[in-house]
Order: sequence, then structure tokens, then C-alpha cells
Amino acid sequence: MKTTQFPATASGVSERMAGFIAHLRYNGYRAGVAETEATLCALQSIDIEEHHQVRLACKAVCTSNKESFDQFDELFSSYWFNRGREKAGINSRNEQSLKKRQSRFQPGADDSHSDAGSGSADQPETSDEDGEAYHSGKGRLIASQVGNLNKTDFREMATPELMQQAEVLAYKLAKAMRDRRSRRYRLSQRGNTLNLRKTIRNSINHGGVPMRLYRKHRPDRPVKIVTLLDVSGSMTVYAKVFLAFLKGLISHDTRADAYLFHTALVRIGDTLRDHDTTRAMNRLSIMAQGFGGGTKIGANLKLFNEQYAATCVDGRTVVIILSDGYDTNPPEMLSEGLQKLKKRNCKIIWLNPLKGWKDYTPVAQGMAAALPWLDHFAAANTLETLAELELALQRL
Amino acid sequence: MGWKKIQQDLAAECYIASDELAMAVYLATEQQRPLLLEGAAGVGKTEIAKQLASIHDTQLIRLQCYEGLDASTSIYEWNYQKQLLRVQAVREGSADEIESQIFSEAYLLKRPLLDAITQTKAPVLLIDEIDRADEEFEAYLLEVLSDYQVSIPELGTVKATSKPIVVLTSNGSRDLSDALRRRCFYTYVEYPDFKTELAILQARSPHMDNSLAEQIVGFVQALRKEELEKKPGVAEMLDWAAALAGLGISKLSDDPVELQATLVCLLKTQIDQYSMPREVTERLVGKVVA
Repeated sequence: MKTTQFPATASGVSERMAGFIAHLRYNGYRAGVAETEATLCALQSIDIEEHHQVRLACKAVCTSNKESFDQFDELFSSYWFNRGREKAGINSRNEQSLKKRQSRFQPGADDSHSDAGSGSADQPETSDEDGEAYHSGKGRLIASQVGNLNKTDFREMATPELMQQAEVLAYKLAKAMRDRRSRRYRLSQRGNTLNLRKTIRNSINHGGVPMRLYRKHRPDRPVKIVTLLDVSGSMTVYAKVFLAFLKGLISHDTRADAYLFHTALVRIGDTLRDHDTTRAMNRLSIMAQGFGGGTKIGANLKLFNEQYAATCVDGRTVVIILSDGYDTNPPEMLSEGLQKLKKRNCKIIWLNPLKGWKDYTPVAQGMAAALPWLDHFAAANTLETLAELELALQRL
Repeated sequence: MGWKKIQQDLAAECYIASDELAMAVYLATEQQRPLLLEGAAGVGKTEIAKQLASIHDTQLIRLQCYEGLDASTSIYEWNYQKQLLRVQAVREGSADEIESQIFSEAYLLKRPLLDAITQTKAPVLLIDEIDRADEEFEAYLLEVLSDYQVSIPELGTVKATSKPIVVLTSNGSRDLSDALRRRCFYTYVEYPDFKTELAILQARSPHMDNSLAEQIVGFVQALRKEELEKKPGVAEMLDWAAALAGLGISKLSDDPVELQATLVCLLKTQIDQYSMPREVTERLVGKVVA
């Protein structure tokens, strides 16, 4: 772990400041020469002898998001007041930020990541972390495990890597479903092609001079994804991976929404969009706890229909239900709920982790009652089965 | 010192700024770099730009971002109709001549970004909710914000006559690019603490009874700790205080029914209103009315 040292040999402000920026960089900040320069410039506008002012000025220059903003004060003290060496807070935080960088998936940002979801090895981050023996070593370990991970049932292993893969996979699925574009053109103010027909028709008003240009564009017809995740007792073993999956599904799409249910229904869309995966997971596990008991799929579906469906389900929505189908409510209630939901003209996909088992037949009464209303009923117990969804979803 | 003065000036305009915010604002004006403010809705991100404009006694140019915002609505656009009429009117003359005429400043429609850099007195440019605009718009913005110039293919590069004070706000609905973040001074604006919020309320409505003001702020602060979808911001708190003052309520615990009815000022979604039944409200009121 990085130690923080005030360079005793450094002479002059600029060298010390360069050391400070390096210290920030080690702790996960995006800071470089430009920041050093900017900080030095900023220092000229303030009273450099007052450390409160210097702190505020450096904070304004060097931070660039909420996370870095929140942890800046500690890093500042640890460097300039030489308190950092044994500071446990910083060490653990640093580890967190490393983990976070691993778990965050940014599409297109890094080529080595873009194929991570298709079952290939998860690349260790080496580009900006040169010379970090333990880090890259860990990465190799992941790579060697991946082959069989994909076929591991979620019950047996919920490792961070698996969860990350689930998230990436879900993101790809969501993308496959979402990007739909209409084939027809629509008149629009700022379209990218001219609507010649309308322009010429209108030019007759002006004696053949095309005074007003009309444009057209192909409207997006994005598919909204609404997910209902069962976190009751029987599903707890899957819950973690599915939560990561959900996060991938909706975190990059502001229209998507997600709900947890056990005996009650909780809306979690906004929590899942939290960029800090660890914090989001903690908050979610708090939400998921404390209800226990059985699963009330039917009642929750009824509640969903009454309270939320009107605003978030329409003809272009895919409702994904992740549940094993064991319901304490009577099956008619579930069937009724699904029928009502179906009237909104949405697509309903049911992912059942049990279906992946050999010789599984949907005998649970709830499941049997639900079947007629489903557009797609699939297994969801390994990453492989989740990946197979992509094809099915494109057809929907 | 400069940044303290900004804090005082803002306070004179009834805006209570934290040290971090005041310093960032000071540096942004001093170093002529944009200022990026993030934070929950209703903590006063937009307001600071307005107050800055009034401190510097200058114009506020506002660009409200939305999905699909493009260069022609934000930077410049050619006045196509005017050009067309000109071409029709001047039939004779070489093509080059006409072209140089119709692609001149007279035929240019300035949109907020170009407008902001061509003023004689440096204005405050507020780019509101930048996270709502598309990523490609960020790229346009980078050129304007880093060099304070706009390149127009037909005209050449328009350099800034005065560098505006730029304030960008974001609600975090999308991650901004690092390139943009690095060009800005950054501050995260938190919900104010009890003391600050009380100071805000007292600055905005000086005639309010002190104990009522404390109750109002205490209640709103407690409310933010509840699990709500949309936490009430400072603006909501001020609305609510105005509503209570208008109704002539002098103590929160006086009339629970009326109080519950006024919560519409604070709770802006149906779910939140469900999750704050009268019992919960009374419990919170009981805490703040000691």
C-alpha cells in the first residue's frame, strides 16, 4: 500500500506541490502535470501561509467528483501534516477504490474491457498500475479461473469477479434490447436529413423559394426495462449475483427501473444507479433484510400493477421477473396479476434459477399459473444461461 | 482576502456559501476557469450563478441543457431565410461576392455560448444541468471553455472579447467526461447543516419568528434523514416556510392536520407522501418542538 511521505529533501513550493499531486494520483485521483500547474497558479491568488485557504484551493482544483471531494481533506492532512503513514482509513479506502475500479465497467472506455462479458478472461488492469505486483498477480488468478466460472451455479460461488461479470453481461443484454430505432422517418425540427417532400410542398407558398427547410429523423424507440427481483428466503443464494445483474441492466439507462420484493415491494432503481457499487450493495442488503417469511409474488404484483405500472410500463417495456416461483399467495392471484400487467401490452420475461436444473418442470403452482402469460421463460442459474438470453431478447 | 470577500458579498445577496464553495467561486473568477458544481437538486447550484451576476453587476446568460441539445441551438446558426432573401435580391454579381456577403456576421444568429464570449463586459454564463445534454455536446463545450473561442467554418475563428465567468451545474444523472471535469474547478454542494440552513432562512425571511424558523429547519433536516425518493432541498424548505408564514402558523405542533396538508411543499412524489403519514410527521415535529 502506498505510504505517504512529506519529502524532506524537497525544496521550494513547486516540488512539494508536485509531490502532493503524485500522492493524490497514488490514491486514485486523476491528477497530473496540468493539475500541478493549476494548483500553483491558484496558490498565487490566495494567502499561502494559511493552510485552511491552501486546503480549499487545492480542493477546488484537484477534486473532480463527489468521492474525491469527500476524501480530499484526509489526504491533504496526511500529506502536509505527515500523518498518513499509518493511517488505516486511507489504506482501506485506497483498497476500496482499487476494487471499485475493477468492478466499474465503462463501455468503450477501455478496449481490454469490452470483451470481458462474452465469457473471455477478465483483463487485469495493467495500463496505469505498472509495477504493482500484487495487483496484477490477482488479475492472472482471475483469468485462470474464468473457464469454469461461467458454468458454476450461482449458489456455489458469488465471488466479486462473478458479480462483475454478471453486471457486464447485463449491460450488454440491456444494450441489445434497448437500441431500437424506428424504420420510419418523422418530421422533426432538428433532424439530420431534409424532408424534401414537405420542403418543396411548402416552397409553393413562397413562389418556389424553399424558405423553410423541413427536416426529418428516425425516432428512437427505446425499450424500457423494468425488473422485479425476488429476494425471499429461497432466493437468497442467488440474490447477490442477481443484484449485480440488475445493476448492469439499469445503471446506464435512466429509463429503466427495478424493484425488490419478498413480502413487501421496494423500489430500488435510484439506489442501483449509485456509482459506488459497495455502498449500493450495502444499502440494498439493508433493504432486502428484515422482512423474511414467505414470498408474496401475487400480492406484490398486484401492488406493482396498482402503484407503479401506470408510470413505468407501456407497450415498449420489457418486464423481467427474477424469481423461483414459490409463492405463498394463491396461484390465481399471480395469474391475475400477470394478466393485468400483460394488458399494458408489455413483454414479460421470467427468469427462474431452478429451470437450469436437470429435469426441472414448472410444477410449483405459482409457476404453472404464470406460464401462459410469459413471452419468454428461461433459466438463470449460470452466467452461460444468462448470456443465452441475448438472442431471445433480440427476437422479442 | 479575496475569497472571504466573495463569501461576504454572497451573504449580502442572501446566499450563504460554504468555505469550499466560496473558494471555488473565487478561484474561478480569478483564474478564469469554469466552475463545476454538483449536488442534489435544490441545494442552490443554479442560484449561485444568479447571485454572482448580481455581485459583478453583469448579465447572466443561461443555457439550459436537454437531451438533443446541439451546436445550432447552443453556439450559432446561420440565418438561412435572410441569406436566401439576399441571394434572391442580388441576382447579379459573382458567386464569390454573394458568398462573402451572406456568410458574414450580419447573417449569423448568436446562441448563448457565442453570445457569452462576444460581450463587451464579461457576463456570467450558466450552463445548467450539463449532465442532461449528450456527450457530443460536451465536446463542443470543451472548445469554448478551454480556449474561449468558437470556430465557424465559413467565418474563421471567433475569439472571445471578454472571458465570461462560467458556472456548470450537474445533478449526476450521467457521468461527465474526465476532460471536462479536469478543465473545471469542482465543488460538491451538500445540503446545508442546521446552522447554515437557519442562516439561509433568516436571511430570506427576516421577519420570521426565531423559534419557528428553528423548528422549520429542524423538521426539514430530520425529514432528509428519512428514506425519501426526493429529499426536500433548500428551495422547498423556503417554500414551506413561506407557506407556514402565510397560514399564520406560529408553532409546528399547533395544528397537525393543517401541518400535514402543508407538506405538499416538501414531498414531491406520491410515494413520498404515502411514506409520511401523520404519525411520522408528528413524531418528527415532537422532536423539533421541545
